[in-house]
Amino acid sequence: MHMFDSEFMRLAFAAGAVIGLIAPAVGFFLVQRGMSLVGDGIGHVAFAGVAAGYLLGVSPVGAALVAAVVGGAALEWLRTSRKTAGDQALAFIFYTGIAGGVVLISAAGALNVNLFTYLFGSILTVTREDVAVVAVLGGAGLVTIGLLYRAFAGVVVDEEAALVTGVPVTLLNLIITVFAALTVAVSMRIVGILLIAALMVLPVMAADRLAWSMRSALGLAMTFGIASVFGGLTIAYYADLPPGGTIVLLAAAAFLLASSVEAVRAH
Amino acid sequence: MPLAVELKGVSFGYAPGQPVLSGVDLRVAQGELVAIAGPNGGGKTTLVRLALGLVTPDRGEVRLFGEPAGRFSRRSNLGYLPQRAQVGTDTPITVEELVSAGRLAAGPLLGPLRQRDRELVARTIERVGLGELARKPLGSLSGGQQQRAFIAKALAGEPALLVMDEPTTGVDAESQEALAALLDRLHRELNVTVLYVSHEFGAIERYVDRLVLVRGSIVFDGSPSELPELWHDPSHAHV
Repeated sequence: MHMFDSEFMRLAFAAGAVIGLIAPAVGFFLVQRGMSLVGDGIGHVAFAGVAAGYLLGVSPVGAALVAAVVGGAALEWLRTSRKTAGDQALAFIFYTGIAGGVVLISAAGALNVNLFTYLFGSILTVTREDVAVVAVLGGAGLVTIGLLYRAFAGVVVDEEAALVTGVPVTLLNLIITVFAALTVAVSMRIVGILLIAALMVLPVMAADRLAWSMRSALGLAMTFGIASVFGGLTIAYYADLPPGGTIVLLAAAAFLLASSVEAVRAH
Repeated sequence: MPLAVELKGVSFGYAPGQPVLSGVDLRVAQGELVAIAGPNGGGKTTLVRLALGLVTPDRGEVRLFGEPAGRFSRRSNLGYLPQRAQVGTDTPITVEELVSAGRLAAGPLLGPLRQRDRELVARTIERVGLGELARKPLGSLSGGQQQRAFIAKALAGEPALLVMDEPTTGVDAESQEALAALLDRLHRELNVTVLYVSHEFGAIERYVDRLVLVRGSIVFDGSPSELPELWHDPSHAHV
C-alpha cells in the first residue's frame, strides 16, 4: 500500500509542506539574533494553552495558539521594555509555561489525556480543519516574511545602526516573535510542542555551513526544512516511527552532513 | 552655517553621582568634518550617543539639525558606524547585502529594493572602491575592505550626518591611511557632516577641520594647527 493511499498521510504532507517552509523561515531570524531557544520557550507556553483548552472546554489548539502569541509578546516585552536579559526573559517564560501547563492540566482532570499527541506530534490526528488552519496561518506568515525580508535582515545585520536611523526595530522583533508563536501552535499536531523548536533551528544551522550569502542561507534553510519534514514523514510511515522525532533527527543529520561538507571544503 | 549637532551645558552619568561627561558645549556646523578623540573611558562614545539621542542628558540640551535629539524626526538622515562594526550574525553576507541594509531606513520597509535604491547601493559600493567585490562574502575581504563596506552601508541612506565610532579599530596602519583619504574624498564629494570618533587622531588628523578632545569634558576644541604638541597623542595621560 502506498502511503498516499491513506488520507491522513495526504493531510500530513499538505500541512508538513507549509510547516517545513515556515519553521526555518521564522527560525532564521531568531537564530541570527542569538535567540535560538525562543521556539522552545514558546512551546512550553503553548503546552499551558493546551491545558487551558481542556480546563475551559475549548479547542486545545486554539487555546495553545492564543497562549503562544501572548507568551511570545510577553517575552519580547520583557526583553525590551523591562531590560531583562534575553536568556532570563526566556527562562521566565519557559518555566512559567511548563509549570502553568502542569497545574492547569491537573485542575482539568486531564492527566489521563494522551498528551503525547501534543508534546511529540501525531500524524494520525491531523484533520482537514488542521490543514486549513496551517495553510492559512502558515501562508500568511510566509507572505509577511517575503514582504518584510529586507527589514528583518537589516535588523539582524546591525540592530543598533537600524535603531539610530529610525527603523522600527521593536515592532519588527515583535512580529518575528509572534510568528514564532504561530509556527509553534500550528505545527504542534504534527511535529509536537517539544520538537517544533528544533525544526526552527537545525535547518538554519545546516544552511549557515553551506551558504554563500544571506539570501542563499534562508533558501537553503527552507529547503532543509521541507526535505526533513517530507523525509521524516515517509520514514515514520514505513518504519512505524513517531513523525516528530524522525523529522527532527533528519534535520540534525542535515546539520552534521553540512558541517562535514564545510570541513572538507575548508581543506 | 546651520548646525548639525549642538550640545549646550550637557552632563551625563550612567549611575547617580558618577558623571561621565560634565558641562559639555559643542557645536558642529553642517558640512564639517570633526574628529573627536580622547583616552578610553573619557566619554567619547557617550558623547556620540548623546548627540544621536540614544541617551538623555541629566542636564543640558542636545539638538540635531535644530530638533531635540531624543525626538529627532528625520532619523533616516543619519548614518551610523558603531564601535567594532561587525555583522550581528554568523550567516555569510555579501557586500551588496550589507550595503543594501543601510538603505532600509531611507526606502520602503516592504518588498524588494526599488530600482533607484539598487542603483544607489551599486554606486555607493563603487564609491568606496569595492565594485568588483560586491557579490563576495564579507568574510572573504581584508579588514580594510570590510571597513570600507561598513562605511558604504552607513552612506547608503544618503545621510546628512555620518557618525563613525572608532572606525579604524583592528585595521593596519596602511589601511587606516587609505580609509582617512577615502573619508576625506567622500566628505568633499557628498558634503556630509562627519563626526569621526577615535582614541587617537592618527591618519585622519590632516583631513579634519576641527579636533575635539574629550576627557570627562571638552579639554580642546580647535583646528589641528592649534593643538599642543603633547596632545597629538590624545590617549596620553596628560590630556
